[in-house]
Amino acid sequence: MRAHGTVHKYGNNVDTDVIIPARYLNSSDPAELAKKCMEDIDPEFVGRVKAGDIIVANKNFGCGSSREHAPIAIKAAGVSCVIAETFARIFFRNAINIGLPIIECPEAAKAIEAGDEVEVDFDNGRIYDITKGASYQGQPFPEFMQKIIKAEGLINYING
Amino acid sequence: MGMTMTQKILAVHAGLDKVAAGQLIEADLDLVLGNDITAPVAIHEMEKVNKKGVFDKDKIALVPDHFTPNKDIKSAEHCKCVRDFAGEHNITNYFEIGEMGIEHALLPEKGLVVAGDVVIGADSHTCTYGALGAFSTGVGSTDMAAGMVTGKAWFKVPSALKFQLTGKPAKWVSGKDVILHIIGMTGVDGALYQSMEFTGDGIAHLSMDDRFAMANMAIEAGAKNGIFPVDEKTVEYMKEHSSRDFKVYEADKDAEYDNTYVIDLSALKPTVAFPHLPENTKTIDEVGNIKIDQVVIGSCTNGRIEDLRIAAGVLKEKKVAKGIRVIILPATQAIYLQAMEEGLLATFIKAGAVVSTPTCGPCLGGHMGVLAAGERAVATTNRNFVGRMGHVESEVYLASPAVAAASAVTGKISGPSELGL
Ligand code: SF4
Repeated sequence: MRAHGTVHKYGNNVDTDVIIPARYLNSSDPAELAKKCMEDIDPEFVGRVKAGDIIVANKNFGCGSSREHAPIAIKAAGVSCVIAETFARIFFRNAINIGLPIIECPEAAKAIEAGDEVEVDFDNGRIYDITKGASYQGQPFPEFMQKIIKAEGLINYING
Repeated sequence: MGMTMTQKILAVHAGLDKVAAGQLIEADLDLVLGNDITAPVAIHEMEKVNKKGVFDKDKIALVPDHFTPNKDIKSAEHCKCVRDFAGEHNITNYFEIGEMGIEHALLPEKGLVVAGDVVIGADSHTCTYGALGAFSTGVGSTDMAAGMVTGKAWFKVPSALKFQLTGKPAKWVSGKDVILHIIGMTGVDGALYQSMEFTGDGIAHLSMDDRFAMANMAIEAGAKNGIFPVDEKTVEYMKEHSSRDFKVYEADKDAEYDNTYVIDLSALKPTVAFPHLPENTKTIDEVGNIKIDQVVIGSCTNGRIEDLRIAAGVLKEKKVAKGIRVIILPATQAIYLQAMEEGLLATFIKAGAVVSTPTCGPCLGGHMGVLAAGERAVATTNRNFVGRMGHVESEVYLASPAVAAASAVTGKISGPSELGL
């Protein structure tokens, strides 16, 4: 499985309140949440994002509330992968559980810039910055989580 | 190598003699929690599962507390979804308006969590129950859905940080100040994926409400859970609120910690977290002249009876400064009633504050006190992210009930000592 797209870059501690503000949590419809994705940190994101794009951020991405609406909004906005130095733990769980691929790689997160064209190979955790001609080794998922991701989420996994 | 308190609880619930940090386990759950924001997503997910029933109708708690009493039509639809589900599956612990409260104040009060339990909740502040010596952690809606069906959840066994508390806090220093001090020290990702295990003889000087406030904010340091040892105060609390058997776990003497912090509680001062992260802390003598527009006293962090007593102690026979809006939200119906019987509500109303029904309300910028652009609030809540209480250009300062109440009187961020208290 591979992701390929243009990078949207953010800093440290991007919290779930800016990914999807609480004022929109009276909806749980992915399409509706996608329209408000990143509104409080990057109001132009929704207009700019294209299917397959990749979010790259620094430390503690997704900190704050447990709202699954955050990874749902990102996925529904068309983002194919999030790369960060580290993820907040509930966001990490939620992303895996809903089938949004995420990958931890401090080197890539620091070096990749907004607008770069990036490709990610989920099977081995390799990240390729095509614009810069650089590549990085991200943290591949443990086998247990690979199974959940392959099943496209926890619900399918427990059904299977 | 020994196990931490958290690891011991997880091992038993996974049916293992021993677990080590980093190990992936599947643990049995004693309780699965959801609220009016997260449960509808979980219910929707659950409908996709072949085996549709819940694992145990007594071990699921559903608390509509965020946008309730329903703030708009969409919220009403969400609450209806939760209510219908609770009815259909005969869920014992569904709490309707009139008996509800903010989930993390309500569950311990109703005796639904006791020492030794493993609890997941689709709400990040589920870590609050660590105050009782339970392992509890926040998850998302899909985990909640899977938990409701299977009664199990997967965990990566966490390593731990040890916080050794010594000494006795000064008069106006509460659990909130201790945890703000700690987060200021560790940063908002200082305990990422780890347990925060509190120990030391300083704990004896912290009330249960102090401990709830501290465990509540473990997530604000990125932690998986925060946990306190069980002492006489814990046992007394559990006996008063629950008929369930509890189990006391202690960390092994040779348990491994990634780091140990020694904190002298007697040296701490009232502490305030500046926008827009809980780690931006200053002690009260460092805050300077910060004028405010609103004060919020409530939430799952500081809406308990002791918090209201402290706030009333500061506001007694005083007036809220002109132009300042003070909103007080007792966290549960029982706390509301007790505050009324003790005369605290009268003190608040005479001072010029409003007292609201239990709800999360302004804590997440939901309703009942949302901020306009450029406005500032002092709040006893737990998060001050951009836009948390309203407009993206508003600001939230996190503080204890004592500081929030004193600020209400002066109209700027102040400690009770500024009022001669
Ligand atoms: S009071 Fe605030 S932090 Fe606590 S559960 Fe409600 S919204 Fe979350």
